[in-house]
Amino acid sequence: MSDTDTLYMVLTVPVGEIIAKYPVCQNFFTNLRIENIERGLPLHQALEKTDPETLSEFGLDRHAIQREFCDFLNVFVGRSDAAGPEIAGITIIGGHGKAGEPENCRVTINRGETISIVGPTGSGKSRLLADIECLANCDTPTGRQILLDGQNLDDERRIELQGRLVAQLSQNMNFVIDLTVDDFLRMHAGSRHSINIDETVERCFVCANSLAGEAFSLDTRLTQLSGGQSRALMIADTAFMSTSPIVLIDEIENAGIDRRQAIELLASRDKIVFISTHDPLLALGADRRLIIKNGGISGIITTSEEEKSCLTEIERLDARLFQIRKKLRNGEIISRNALG
Amino acid sequence: MQLITVAGPPSSGKTSVILKLIEAMQIAASDVGVVKFDCLTSFDHLRYEERGIRVETGFSGKLCPDHFFVSNIEAAVEWGQSAGFKYLITESAGLCNRCSPYIHGIMAICVIDNLAGINTPRKIGPMLKMADIVVVTKGDIVSQAEREVFAFNIRQVNTAARVIFVNGINGQGATILASHAAKARNIQTLRDLKLRFTTPAAVCSYCTGEIRIGNEYQMGTMKRMEFKKP
Repeated sequence: MSDTDTLYMVLTVPVGEIIAKYPVCQNFFTNLRIENIERGLPLHQALEKTDPETLSEFGLDRHAIQREFCDFLNVFVGRSDAAGPEIAGITIIGGHGKAGEPENCRVTINRGETISIVGPTGSGKSRLLADIECLANCDTPTGRQILLDGQNLDDERRIELQGRLVAQLSQNMNFVIDLTVDDFLRMHAGSRHSINIDETVERCFVCANSLAGEAFSLDTRLTQLSGGQSRALMIADTAFMSTSPIVLIDEIENAGIDRRQAIELLASRDKIVFISTHDPLLALGADRRLIIKNGGISGIITTSEEEKSCLTEIERLDARLFQIRKKLRNGEIISRNALG
Repeated sequence: MQLITVAGPPSSGKTSVILKLIEAMQIAASDVGVVKFDCLTSFDHLRYEERGIRVETGFSGKLCPDHFFVSNIEAAVEWGQSAGFKYLITESAGLCNRCSPYIHGIMAICVIDNLAGINTPRKIGPMLKMADIVVVTKGDIVSQAEREVFAFNIRQVNTAARVIFVNGINGQGATILASHAAKARNIQTLRDLKLRFTTPAAVCSYCTGEIRIGNEYQMGTMKRMEFKKP
């Protein structure tokens, strides 16, 4: 819709019809405390029946509201909603480590690829994720530069992409809102008018349950989810609802979820996935891994066929540890046989 | 001197954001001054002083913080001019959700945090609605989905503002904020500039010290709630 089309619609179409067509518009009126606005009339006539005192408390008059409603429609209905930024790949150009030694690296990662980031605690794994998130342009402490599709970005483009390019997931993240899983997923889906809400909510929910060890229902409150269930829901939500092409994952190892399936899910949604991790399953499950030492990228290893073949064995070990943990939780005694 | 006004609810991270902003602007501590407008008590001056940044703190006390801001902002600018700052940053708490200490033509930054609750952006009013830049803090501890809905709710209220995510602890995002702050307008004086929004109409008997409850004690501008009949 062009600006003129929007204005024409606001001037001629009754408010109720606009809301019926674009439910997100209800929020515009609720935010201004005029949710009971006369729906059978176009906006300017409907506003004549509202209390000017209420409008003035928001610093608005009828003309200003009409203008703002057009802006609102342009932002939420017009163009920018839809898909996330279209990018095919991201390139990291090395800067320097903590001691100033040059990184000498240039690595390009394409959609659908998974990269793990490994290194001792405090070595700079999170810093690398931060450089990617802010699309560093030699202006962060590491001096790294991030290119998209091989291109350097000007400030304007970097700002425009901020918050849209990258979705994040870390051990520190929590749900702070107290809603049921269903209401929460609907709320998130509702902020994207381009998707089918019922279908997306259902897919997220089913997928989150298959990732989490223990089942939860749509009526479970977010605040009552276990750590693993929260993580599983966050991953499913990112996979199906986030339009960001890049996902940054910072340490989810102890979350008690099917980690390999989680990463595969994200990669299958055509995302570029970076995982900072100490977990062998995640590190080797990625296509490549970046080695971080003393603040800098010291190497890039492509996961070999041999390493991939080890994954099955590592999964078996992991499952055995999981069983032992489960037994201890249930108050059982651990025998030598159990280690078998 | 370039002037930047920063406002936001208490504990949203204004001081942390300003400190990270100054760091990211890569200017000498002596080139920037901060004026902190607060109500009763503040400890933030210590954090500025620790970094060698000159700061003046004013307390509105029993006055409306917005009225206090407007009546002192010109003198604040004069202080900054005579100190020879290149940048002056004012920091004020938005206390009643209606406050909007922003001036036409002067860069206005609103700081709010993700922990404030997902619908908070829809309730804040002119402080958020009239800002040029909305800085969102504490995004590292809430889920990505909540961050997205939070940003969506901000855009509903202020379709024009830049929404910038800044981590007040590690400074992530401050570089982008700094590239905007560098564009703040150069001013000599604020005389004859105008506020973007009127300050609250606070001219009733309670403004002048009345404490008794009852109709006969109420004078001036009053607003009555309407209660439904039971």
